[in-house]
Amino acid sequence: MATEAQSQTASSAAISVPSIALVFLLLAAASYGALIWAPTENTMGLVQRIFYFHVSSAWSGFVSFILVFIGSVAYLRTRALKWDWLSVASAEVGVAFFTIVLVTGPIWAKPVWGIWWTWDARLTSSFLLWVLFVSYLVLRTLVEEPERRALVSAVFGIFATLDIPLVYFSIWWFRTQHPQPVIGDGGKLDSRMGWVLLLCWAATLGVMTVLIRLRYRLEALRAEVDSYRMEASRDA
Amino acid sequence: MTLVRATGVILSKELRTEFRSRELLVTTAVFVLIVVVLFSFTFNPTSSESRRFGPGLLWLAFLFAGSLMLQSSFLREQTNDTLAALRLAPIDPFSILAGKMAANFLFLLLVEVILLPVFAVLYNVAILPVLTPLLLVLTLGTIGLAATGTVFSAVAAQARLRELLLPLLLLPVLAPVLIASTEATIGILRDPPELSLVWLTFLACFDVVFLTAAWMVGEYLLEE
Repeated sequence: MATEAQSQTASSAAISVPSIALVFLLLAAASYGALIWAPTENTMGLVQRIFYFHVSSAWSGFVSFILVFIGSVAYLRTRALKWDWLSVASAEVGVAFFTIVLVTGPIWAKPVWGIWWTWDARLTSSFLLWVLFVSYLVLRTLVEEPERRALVSAVFGIFATLDIPLVYFSIWWFRTQHPQPVIGDGGKLDSRMGWVLLLCWAATLGVMTVLIRLRYRLEALRAEVDSYRMEASRDA
Repeated sequence: MTLVRATGVILSKELRTEFRSRELLVTTAVFVLIVVVLFSFTFNPTSSESRRFGPGLLWLAFLFAGSLMLQSSFLREQTNDTLAALRLAPIDPFSILAGKMAANFLFLLLVEVILLPVFAVLYNVAILPVLTPLLLVLTLGTIGLAATGTVFSAVAAQARLRELLLPLLLLPVLAPVLIASTEATIGILRDPPELSLVWLTFLACFDVVFLTAAWMVGEYLLEE
């Protein structure tokens, strides 16, 4: 719980102990579900279990990128820097989730497909999506002034998120016209697998929320420090 | 002044500036030429292969050229801070962006049309019988390139390392344009030629989405 003094500053965005405990509980349950409770997949074996975290990370990554869009639009509308903080926090967390996706994917692909990487539609578009938001983060490092940075990165954030469906459609159409890689056909999905996937998604969403809030708070504190620094340099 | 008239005035200003020196057009054309020649070393450009790889290389060259050429669109205004003067004009701020977009579109299209015959000769591709559909693909692809490129040029102009930044922002966003234009061009150069309506529609959608987005964010982008 935030105290009286804290709530007056940006640190009111700090997260409470119970919510962190909840996220850890969810993660533990998801790990148990994914590693022990869910049945072992017939053809792929144990390595298939990585998919619960792989897929749920991708979904949470998408949610983060949607938050970038929301933050960017809201910033342009309201010019309140807090929306920019939401955008940068979500972009970083989204990139982190897609890094997990791009790392766990090849770990799964090597034993199942025999190769680390193939230019399949989904792989290619995830990779491109990751690059798009890495560019977003690079852009942010190259603009000094906070308002400027918020403005130009909001514009690019909007364009990047609008690009996501176009990227997916184009690559999907492009690849379906070309020879397809053989993708392991999972066959009929055990209902336990579906539940574990949902549980993993809930857990990664929890991690996403915690990380975004922490990152948001960091950005808010940075802005506070910057404003004090500017005040000090004005006085000097 | 209406939006269309103001855009026209900005467009004519851009064209006048460029055609006084023609430096941007010449440099970009030579750049594309160099890229097209260098690409020929990366594979054996026999006719059957060039039909498959040629269009992709050509579009990649156009994209690279665009990401370099569009830099100057807003940087030109910085030397004498002429953008501030443009902003003072009693016109819709979007017309500044739209005028620049139209100018960039024309510049890029001009470079592409000049280099198309060169490409056809070098890569042994017959383009004359399919000129109309080819121009249609070029137009649709270039609209997307100019629309996103002009907006990102304004974005990059406000950052450090802008020369490096613009390709970084522009190229991943333009990946759908590259795919769609390349696939459409491959279809047109196929024997017998076929015009892929799916990709043309896709290009048109891309253009509409980003022209609309540019229109929505344009006024914010140009403010001081």
